[in-house]
This record gives sequence, structure tokens and C-alpha cells, in this order.
Amino acid sequence: MKSEPHVSRRTYALVFLALLVLTGLTTAIAFLDLGGSINTMVALAIAVGKALLVILYFMHVRYSDRLTWVFAAAGFFWLLILIGGTMDDVLTRPSLSANTESASTQSQPR
Amino acid sequence: MSKVESFQAHHFDDVEQQHEASWLGMWVFLATEVMFFGGMFAGYFVYRHWYLQAFAEASNHLDVLLGGINTAVLICSSFTMALGVHCAAANKRTALIVFLVLTMVLGTVFLGIKFFEYHSKFVEHLVPGSAFAFPGLFERQAEIFFSFYFAMTGMHAVHMIIGIGLLTALVLKAKRARFSAAYHTPVELTGLYWHFVDIVWIFLFPLLYLLGRHL
Repeated sequence: MKSEPHVSRRTYALVFLALLVLTGLTTAIAFLDLGGSINTMVALAIAVGKALLVILYFMHVRYSDRLTWVFAAAGFFWLLILIGGTMDDVLTRPSLSANTESASTQSQPR
Repeated sequence: MSKVESFQAHHFDDVEQQHEASWLGMWVFLATEVMFFGGMFAGYFVYRHWYLQAFAEASNHLDVLLGGINTAVLICSSFTMALGVHCAAANKRTALIVFLVLTMVLGTVFLGIKFFEYHSKFVEHLVPGSAFAFPGLFERQAEIFFSFYFAMTGMHAVHMIIGIGLLTALVLKAKRARFSAAYHTPVELTGLYWHFVDIVWIFLFPLLYLLGRHL
């Protein structure tokens, strides 16, 4: 980051309004049954969009140099490995998840 | 060779290098914070996959209105924080102090609403432990959901309290005119921290409060 980015107050206000609108949108959509896991996908997509708005404008990453981009992206890249690497295991074990599912409906394990 | 400013530490060549070191150092810290919260999010996704029905039912016991209001409050506080940094860079000391105090007030409102929510969870026996009670077939699984709820929102609240502490220090320093257009790195970095904590909540709100609303 070489010099202070000049972000106008108008830009901040627009991002602020967008964040509020997206919060309302994600809340409204949550009450509709979109079927399957589409509700989750939409909620996560909106959350990622909101996070990007905060990171790019409020945190000035959009106006920063490429080194900052790398530093800012690194944490989220490893987060993707953490969650992706965990879920590719969990989601591809049908027998195990079937067991836990049936156990949960039959009894209440302590 | 640029001129040496009073706020420049001796081990930096110039203020620009000093600023870049602080700026990138803060981003490294935030990357560790992403991993810190990431572990809890990963755990949440695993158990949510295993006990989807229970998680959805348990989620509906959270107050979506209070959660939504708190989301808006945090977004407002991020907005005032961004304006605070903006004023610091423009050398507007009074406006900087006003926006920092506004950010603190909004952060405190968030924590107040959170306290109220926690209190009703205690009253409703939804706090994991020996007194936990949940109607229906999924009592144990719902208890896991509430363990995630308290761990994740609790750690988030701890970050908010630390953030309010940092803001208090900034207000005191700003009153003593320690910041200028040339040097306001602490304001800028506290802003990054505050926005990060806002981002964590942006994910917590849909994942905890909105999960089962369509059922």
C-alpha cells in the first residue's frame, strides 16, 4: 500500500446500503423453501458477497497493492483447504453418515 | 531519502516502509484469525451435515429478529469505523473521535442485545449442560448445535470486547492529538480488525439463525 487510498464517503455509503439490503435479502430468502441445499448455497453466496464488499471497500483491499491481495487471500485460501478437505471426507462416507442418521432417529445417545 | 518523522521507529528506512510493515503484519494476524474461526466453522459444517434436521430445529429457537438487528448494528459500526479512518486520513480530529465513539456505542449495543439473547437461552434451558432440555427427538444433537452457537458467538463477542478496548485506547490517543494525516496507522489497523469481526458475524448470522427458517 503505497499511499492513502482516497475512497469517497459516497462509496462508503453505497457499500453500507448494499450490505443492509443484502442482510434483508438473505433473511427474506431464508423463509422460502427453495428445496434441497439451495437455501444454504444462496445464504453462503450472499454472505461471501457481503464479505467481499467489506474486504474490498471498507478494508481498502481494492485500492491496495498486489502483495496485500496475496496476504488477504492467503487466509481464505487455507480456510478453503480446511473446510474443503474436511467436507470431501465427510460427504463421501455414505455408510457412516447413514449410521449416524439412523442412530439419531432411533435413540438419543448420551 | 525522505525526512525522518518523529513517529518513525529507528529500524525502518522511512515511514512508508514502516507503514507497509504494520499493514502487512495486520493482514498476517487476520489470516491467523481466519484459521481460528475457520476451525469452528469446519466443525459446524461436519455436525450440521450429520444432524441436519436437529440443527434446523435448534436454529429455529434462536431469535431471528434480534439476530437481524444485531447484523444491521454491526454493519452500521463498520460504516462508522470506515468513516473514522477516512477522517483520520483527512486530519479531522473531532470527527475522528465522534466516529470512534459511535463505533464503540454500536459495538456495545450489539453486546447488549447478545447478552439479552444469552439470558433468554438460559431461561429456556437451551444452554448445553445438565439443565439442557429440548423438545422432540433430537435433544442431544440440538445440544451440539447450541454448543457451536455459544462457542462461535462467544468467541465473536470476546473479539468485540477486545475491539471496544482498542477503540477506547484510540479515542484517548486521538484526544491527545497523537494522530495526523501522515500517521494514523493504529486507527487504520484497528479498522481492519473491526471489519474482520464484522465479516465473522456476516457468516454466523445465516449459518446459525437462518438455517431452518424455511421448514
